[in-house]
Amino acid sequence: MSHQIVNKKQLSADTYQIEIKAAHVAEKFSAGQFVIIRIHEKSERIPLTVSSVAPIKGTITLVFQVVGKTTMELSSLEEGDSLINCVGPLGNPSEIRKFGKVICVGGGTGIACIYPIVKALTEAGNEIISILGARTEKMLILEEEIKEFSQEIYVSTDDGSKGHHGFVTDVLKEVITKNQHQEDINRVIVIGPPQMMRAAAEVTRPYKIKTIASLNTIMVDGTGMCGCCRTYVNGEMKLACIDGPEFDAHKVDFDAVISRLSMFREKEIMAYEDFKKRIKSK
Amino acid sequence: MIKLGGKRVPMREQKPKERIKNFKSVPLGYNEKEVVKEAQRCIQCKGLPCETECPINMKILEMIREIANANFKKAFFIIKEDNPIPAITGRVCPQENQCEGVCPLSKRDQGINIGKLEAFVADWARHAGIKEEFHIKERPEKVAVVGSGPAGISCAVDLRKFGFKVTLFEALHKAGGVLQYGIPAFRLPTEVVDYEIKYLNDIGVDIKLNFFVGQNIKFDELRKEYDALFLATGAGAPMFMNIPGESLKGVYSANEFLIRVNLMKAYKFLEFDTPIVCKSPIGIIGAGNVAMDAARCALRLGIEKVYILYRRTKKQSPARIEEIQHAVEEGIILKELVSPKKFIGDDDGWLEEVELYTMELGKPDGSGRPRPKKIEGNEFKIKIRTIVEALGSMPNRLFLSRTPELEVNDWGQINVDHNLMTNIEGVYAGGDAIRGNATVILALGDGRKAAKSIRNYIINKARKK
Repeated sequence: MSHQIVNKKQLSADTYQIEIKAAHVAEKFSAGQFVIIRIHEKSERIPLTVSSVAPIKGTITLVFQVVGKTTMELSSLEEGDSLINCVGPLGNPSEIRKFGKVICVGGGTGIACIYPIVKALTEAGNEIISILGARTEKMLILEEEIKEFSQEIYVSTDDGSKGHHGFVTDVLKEVITKNQHQEDINRVIVIGPPQMMRAAAEVTRPYKIKTIASLNTIMVDGTGMCGCCRTYVNGEMKLACIDGPEFDAHKVDFDAVISRLSMFREKEIMAYEDFKKRIKSK
Repeated sequence: MIKLGGKRVPMREQKPKERIKNFKSVPLGYNEKEVVKEAQRCIQCKGLPCETECPINMKILEMIREIANANFKKAFFIIKEDNPIPAITGRVCPQENQCEGVCPLSKRDQGINIGKLEAFVADWARHAGIKEEFHIKERPEKVAVVGSGPAGISCAVDLRKFGFKVTLFEALHKAGGVLQYGIPAFRLPTEVVDYEIKYLNDIGVDIKLNFFVGQNIKFDELRKEYDALFLATGAGAPMFMNIPGESLKGVYSANEFLIRVNLMKAYKFLEFDTPIVCKSPIGIIGAGNVAMDAARCALRLGIEKVYILYRRTKKQSPARIEEIQHAVEEGIILKELVSPKKFIGDDDGWLEEVELYTMELGKPDGSGRPRPKKIEGNEFKIKIRTIVEALGSMPNRLFLSRTPELEVNDWGQINVDHNLMTNIEGVYAGGDAIRGNATVILALGDGRKAAKSIRNYIINKARKK
């Protein structure tokens, strides 16, 4: 079974959105879950974020940033091309119920991951305050889509080109401290680079607001077999693929998460450079 | 013309110095002349110890007799009656503890090389394009087999032969389970596994890859859609030591290490995209077959210094004798009576050293082997930059968490009755999912037995209607 790309869109300088045929995923997907894809026979398996699904059409929409060989190769595919595998939905769905007021913080491609959660939480009757962060205005994705389901929305950019000049965590702190009904904020969900999630967890910790982070660890099979995504929550080993990907951000050992993400960096760079060279020579 | 007894015909192998540079099969296999000569050693004893000791009671004697007469086709059909994957079991069965171990010839020299005879016949048939011939009388009932390892394969084959419509679900992108992701190609060539999978396709088994039962389809939905289920979900969840430093870079589970190398072909990195980082010296914890596989993969990835760190001694190792011999010939260093206390990293979070306990052997434990005990105060450190933990594995957790109605024991193994039926009617289980880490041949036997139980169950149900 291959998965044809029916729609492709460039969301920012380095971020793409592809809609692929994957009826078996679309049918069962819930917000918070993810897929693992392989482009062709020699590809690696990579976990990707699902930003939306269309069960009747039998398609899912994936958002990814070009960070290495596989994502660059994926970005080079066009409508009509196909991926050889797509397994999912993987992981556990987000907890969706009426919490009251929920702050959703998304950074980089994490915004795509938080989008279906924002939608589902709104549909469950929550009041959503969204905080989106990007390096620069041109890298910011899905702002309009998320706005539609949010009561309030804030943007921050590292270079100040849009919204707050700084980090999402500055905005998060401000939103919490300025909120007259602080006790109403029942949950913070943060998805983005692990450094950002770690910082966000430190912002909410003194306020004792339940904070959920979705971990983007390295995975191979994604079915609980390899243990590559192991992560330490409250000192206990958990697998992000089958126990997560969402965990209590106040209990996650983010230092270990961040360190383990760089385990294959040297090889990843090697593959990326090799691929770029091969493209140039074509 | 039959020459009884005599010395075992030696198996030609790739020389250690050569083979550690490739992932090709280590044994080169008998040729026709050799295989006949080896079969002719058989004294055709009446007690049939080899068949009795075989977990699936293969008709070994008849097979050997046909091989001795160079009648390979007939030998192939005889094996196939009992064993759907002889090319695989011939290579991975622990024959020394089974058929070959009880061969009377093993008292004087070595027993008949039954595994290699079996593999020869299966390979011969594969190369000659000879397949088992049977007629399938189609039936309307549908059976789902979950998991495509040896238990799932053998069950699917028999269920098809009984005429059922069979769907085989596999979460990974290739079918074969542990045969595909676990056992390295130098022990079980990929083409051998691929051929058996293709055979499933040929006889009409519908294989659904990338399909994760529990996620893509709920257990209830599966039960509604199929007349019976066979759960061959294996034992794929890795166990870890749970000691300090396990999150360091450079620490792998054997599953991750072997999946990267075997399934994802990380040894051909740049041609294939999946990376593996393996720094010398490497330490493999454990001394079973999986540990030997990981150690020998590490050598083939170019690592010079490969340690096996084992808390008991070589004598108690659960690995096949052939695997230990091969590993030692290839230059693997076996460190006995040691057990890791903690992993120590550098400033960048990479493994640098391992602190080991010195162990001693105590009284026998539940497995009958002497229990290893720590000698306190005798800890020492050695430089090790990659660790592979080959401690065994547990049943797949996710599937079980999605099926709380299924009864399991304290180790998460599915409980079954003597027909291999679980506590849920029409749902059967076998292989590592009920046994923990067992062998390919036991899984295969379960698959066959479950297929028979499922046939009886479905036919009885049809009669009652």
